[in-house]
Amino acid sequence: MEMMTVKNWRERLESEKAYDLVSELFDKIEKSKLNAYITLNKEDALKRAEEFDKGELKGKLAGIPVAVKDCITTKNLRTTCASKILHNYIPPFDAHVVERLKAEGAIIVGKTNMDEFAMGTTTETSYFGVVRNPYDLGRVAGGSSGGSGAVVGREAVLALGSDTGGSIRCPASFCGVCGLKPTYGYVSRYGLIPYANSLEQIGPMASCIEDLILLFEVIAGKDERDSTNAGKEFKFEMKDKKLKIGIIKEMGAKDEVIDKFYEVVETIKSKHEVDEIEMPSFKYALAAYYIIAMSEASSNLARYDGVRYGYALDKLDSWTKYFSKVRAEGFGKEVKRRIMLGSYALSAGYYGKYYLKALKVRTLVKNDFIKAFKNFDVLISPTMPALPFKIGELADPLTMYKMDVNTVPINLAGVPALSIPIGFVKGLPVGMQVIGNYFDENTMLNFALWLEGEIRAN
Amino acid sequence: MITRDDVYHIANLAKIEIDDKEVDDFKEEFQSILEYFNILDEIEEEVEPTFQVLPLNNVFREDVSKKSLPRDEVLKNAKHVEDGYFKGPRIVE
Repeated sequence: MEMMTVKNWRERLESEKAYDLVSELFDKIEKSKLNAYITLNKEDALKRAEEFDKGELKGKLAGIPVAVKDCITTKNLRTTCASKILHNYIPPFDAHVVERLKAEGAIIVGKTNMDEFAMGTTTETSYFGVVRNPYDLGRVAGGSSGGSGAVVGREAVLALGSDTGGSIRCPASFCGVCGLKPTYGYVSRYGLIPYANSLEQIGPMASCIEDLILLFEVIAGKDERDSTNAGKEFKFEMKDKKLKIGIIKEMGAKDEVIDKFYEVVETIKSKHEVDEIEMPSFKYALAAYYIIAMSEASSNLARYDGVRYGYALDKLDSWTKYFSKVRAEGFGKEVKRRIMLGSYALSAGYYGKYYLKALKVRTLVKNDFIKAFKNFDVLISPTMPALPFKIGELADPLTMYKMDVNTVPINLAGVPALSIPIGFVKGLPVGMQVIGNYFDENTMLNFALWLEGEIRAN
Repeated sequence: MITRDDVYHIANLAKIEIDDKEVDDFKEEFQSILEYFNILDEIEEEVEPTFQVLPLNNVFREDVSKKSLPRDEVLKNAKHVEDGYFKGPRIVE
């Protein structure tokens, strides 16, 4: 099946009505077995399509169907974070990125399924059930942006995801699509329901690099409502240059994945200079990542008190009882696990051992990247250490955490990274991670665009 | 070693009610996860901690008030509302 792209969707819009195309898309979604959407925005989407047909919808994404991950706030459209505790939450405002989508004429298809509060690598922790892999329904689509990964090119043209430790790149790899985690601060987090603020970014997902660039240009930029926003806009510039590419030695994968990876490295060598690089701090990155993410989660998720929004009990009891019971009934197991471990890591006597130590590792990881980019233009690795897992395959939490080993160092340092499909092994997609220097998305996207062309030509 | 009492203590810090069965599961899981975290004890290099990655400075702006969300919009997601206010549980026993 040919994947939907902005280009082929626009071609269809020349001869067909947007209303008919969008209706057809919803027919397909309603029959889908992927379980990729939590809430559909059908009525509003069809209204927008009608506006497009009347010539009233303008902008860079005019008439293009876009899916939005369900941790990104959408005004008057249910936003659940795939949690029981927000199963009935109707936000009174739009996230910055949603404002931008609307201003550019996009048609929002619906809210995509995810791991509860983005805590997971397989979308199995969702209160609304697991998302299935489009290439094998018995396997996971990755996570936490599993729904967005599964719908791109199939049940939406484009999608937004969020990435705290690999949550865009993992599903992009597992679903055979492209996904970008931008430099920390490039995209406003205003309206992104927080899990670990200092690590996460909203980013684009698309079926080709050209579309990834387009969506990134729309969402990146200044927003004073996010105090960590860098205030920079992004405009892609085509550059055809021989680059110095570094393969990160510490980022491995199972043989079947690594063989595919090195097959593509040979292609890369036809134009670019390739060398290996060691990043010694990465040995500690996974532990440091989980300590920081859990600590920030324990603080962030304190807001779910059953008073102002979300899951609530019929009877108000004493504060401690009410609060503890709402959270016991409203949160799933993985979320409880992370909140509790985060509370522990920040508690008296353990702050120095866990949290402060993790922040020091973060400095070491950041320094390793700064050093690496003095000699290299982009760094590469397999995105995931294995092929998409069978549903239920990773039962133990720690085993699951370890699957993020290649993606989390990027979030600790705040550098940008994308995943690009490089082919199939046993009928399942494999992704390559391309890492860039701070605010140098342009170089990595140019490289990815070239690589995509080479892979398609072969 | 994480004990059952530790798990109850952590659950209380996090304000999450847990039952005996959950305590056993969490005890095992926390034990193995925290053991893994001990890998950080190997690090001897002394560096400054990084709380956030961008070199950000304070940004100043004029103190101009902006329109806030309408009260009924803000209250519509709450189950317990009285006289235009959120109603919460008793704080004092």
